Amino acid sequence: MNESVRSVLLVGVGGQGTIMASDILSAVMINAGFDVKKSEVHGMAQRGGSVSSHVRFGPKVYSPLAGKGDVSILVSFEKLETLRYLEYLKPDGKVIINNEEIYPPSVNLGEALYPGDAIDFIKNHFKDVKVVDATAMALRSGDKRMANTVILGVLSSCLDIEVDIWEDVLKESFPSKILEGNINAFSLGRGV
Amino acid sequence: MKQLMSGNEAIARGAYEHGITFASAYPGTPSTEILEEFSRYDGVYAEWTPNEKVALEVGIGAALGGARALVVMKQVGVNVAADPLFTLSYTGTEGGLVIVSADDPSLHSSQNEQDSRNYAKAAKIPMLEPADSAEAKEFIKIAFRMSEEFDTPVFLRSTTRISHSKSIVTLEDREIHEENRGVRYNPSKYVMVPAMARQRRIVVEKKMERLSKFAETFPENRMEINDTKIGIITAGMPYNYTKDVFPGYSYLKLGMVHPLPHDLIREFASKVERLYVVEELDPFIEEQIKAMGIDVIGREVFPYTGEFDPGVVETAITGNEAAVVNLPDLSLPQRPPNLCPGCPHRGLFYVLGKLKVFVAGDIGCYTLAFMKPLEGMHSTICMGASVGMAHGMDKVIGGKEKVVGVIGDSTFIHSGITPLLNMAYNKSNSVIIICDNRTTAMTGMQENPATGFTLHGKETKALDFVKLAEALGMDNVRVVDPFDMKNTRSVIKEELSTEGPSLVISSAPCALLAVKQKLPGKTPLRVNPDKCTGCKACLGLGCPPISWKRFEDMDIKIEKKTKKQEGIAFIDSSLCNGCTLCQQLCSAGAIEEVVEDE
Ligand SMILES: Cc1ncc(C[n+]2csc(CCOP(=O)(O)OP(=O)(O)O)c2C)c(N)n1
Repeated sequence: MNESVRSVLLVGVGGQGTIMASDILSAVMINAGFDVKKSEVHGMAQRGGSVSSHVRFGPKVYSPLAGKGDVSILVSFEKLETLRYLEYLKPDGKVIINNEEIYPPSVNLGEALYPGDAIDFIKNHFKDVKVVDATAMALRSGDKRMANTVILGVLSSCLDIEVDIWEDVLKESFPSKILEGNINAFSLGRGV
Repeated sequence: MKQLMSGNEAIARGAYEHGITFASAYPGTPSTEILEEFSRYDGVYAEWTPNEKVALEVGIGAALGGARALVVMKQVGVNVAADPLFTLSYTGTEGGLVIVSADDPSLHSSQNEQDSRNYAKAAKIPMLEPADSAEAKEFIKIAFRMSEEFDTPVFLRSTTRISHSKSIVTLEDREIHEENRGVRYNPSKYVMVPAMARQRRIVVEKKMERLSKFAETFPENRMEINDTKIGIITAGMPYNYTKDVFPGYSYLKLGMVHPLPHDLIREFASKVERLYVVEELDPFIEEQIKAMGIDVIGREVFPYTGEFDPGVVETAITGNEAAVVNLPDLSLPQRPPNLCPGCPHRGLFYVLGKLKVFVAGDIGCYTLAFMKPLEGMHSTICMGASVGMAHGMDKVIGGKEKVVGVIGDSTFIHSGITPLLNMAYNKSNSVIIICDNRTTAMTGMQENPATGFTLHGKETKALDFVKLAEALGMDNVRVVDPFDMKNTRSVIKEELSTEGPSLVISSAPCALLAVKQKLPGKTPLRVNPDKCTGCKACLGLGCPPISWKRFEDMDIKIEKKTKKQEGIAFIDSSLCNGCTLCQQLCSAGAIEEVVEDE
């Protein structure tokens, strides 16, 4: 793998704002002067399926997709989805997890169990794991839908990018009515 | 100005910058956004057509009238458009015509993994393939220039990873190129009866010869000579995957994948010690290079199926797997897409699943109803297949039991009308159901001829399914509301025991459409834990907000209604759309409206 390029993989469930978060991250990295490529599969994401988005940045990026073992930071908006994408992480990769459970249909039907010890499992295999109660923190900023902005705040503290660049992009990304709440949510996340 | 753009946005932008003002398409992932984006530019005309064949024929007409025409489809759409396609290379295109075909390696949202490049070869049409958004924007312009210069349709091939990845693009100003619009009378070129087609057949071969020469010096077929121990011949996105892991190798990056530049390939092969072809799907380039007698490594190390990524390429070439943490197999519960809360398809397929009839299905959101717990669909081949298949089955098992075919509104218009006519004509005895949710939901809610609006949002004629069916010769035509499951069930049962072919129109708007149109919402529902008997009937709908909680996993104590009761159902009211299907199934009367001030 090309060492000068870093990969962040954002994963979640359709409707959680995974793609929006990856758009914001990409814009930040462009403004910070990097070449950026980003890739996701749209398809039927809207219908509650599993969603993933690769963001790669560096002096020159060729592939918009990271390979297995190439991701420096796995950002997950849902616990079970984290497990699905762990094989993409570098052995010394970081994991940021929103402490939220969304049951897939088979669990709702009582045919499968939602993995109960996901966090322990991840911590057993990776050293740098941050679990964030993003939904609760978003509620404090006024709306639980801002959980993805809280998570972006957490992510920002793991990337060496000036906070002004993040805030400028947030300002361009949200309508003024919900901007303050999102800036707030972002700061809460950044402080974790 | 620099901007992050998806390949689809870039293709639309490129067409706009090149002054294109005419485009037609039928939606299909991963191609859909191209026409949507294009239609938003000022001063352009774009239309959704009923299917890809019509889209291409509309484009051919526009080009014959002197315009530059853009036609867009997903890979399987080319099958539908194949009939005009194969003769179009004979007639040429006059004004200029480019067909974008978007392939879907890994079948992210397709029913097969076919490789469009085979069509370029079979139909004798040149094909360009960009590797990122910047190239996508540039190549669409080159494609139009080639179309005009060589009087031929030109393919631009995309893949899911080109269409749906974003990379940096530099925006340029729009250039207006003059168009000579008007009627052209030229029967020897456009009336393809055998005598004239035989003449044009020769023109096609000459044209391909000229294009082969053009390919030799085409600047987008470019050599990058670095370390000459290993040489890579590649095109499109696989170029990026390979460059990512092996920036130091030598490359022949092909911008044009048909016809191939034979001399250039020979020259490149002579410069390097070991030669690989890196391409997804069919060994299209590889087989042609092997036929030239050149030693090249391809399929023996690369996978036959699925899309690649940098890791796949690295492993194929070096034999080394990337360093990953060894994880035990977790066999996680899958998270497939599901019908939305409030989806009108759910009630219909619940009824069909319970009726235990064979349901020949089709393609659309409703295809998701094949899964548990609805299990209301038993086949899906291609758009429109349900109608013909139901009829064919009926002809061979006739009398024993009736077969049902189910098809969405957009899919019916795409290719269900002709087979319905066939059913009436050939005296079928099966039941066809159109699930009319008033939109093309699967691909993101595009308008279609039954919605009453055009792509540009203008009001227009809306197809009346009932009148159409009558005109086709269907005597039994019924309309049901799928949110009324009792009536839906009894109407379908009646039609299953009626002589002759029947059409049932299951009519209710898509739940997302209702949100988009800001229709007043219904009151969400909740389960009253004191009434729920834990019978699980509501779970049979597979509705996302409805789940099941066992008593031992609950914090609060709930009294058992029966000795055997193990838990209760639970509705996440924040996700519920209040469609009432679960209420209709609950014999305990435990599902009630959420009271506002709770
Ligand atoms: C030949 C072809 N063109 C396009 C597609 C992509 N596609 C699949 S289903 C569909 C339309 C579905 O709309 P509709 O029949 O109205 O059903 P809905 O999704 O609204 O339930 C489209 C465009 C395809 N699979 N095959």
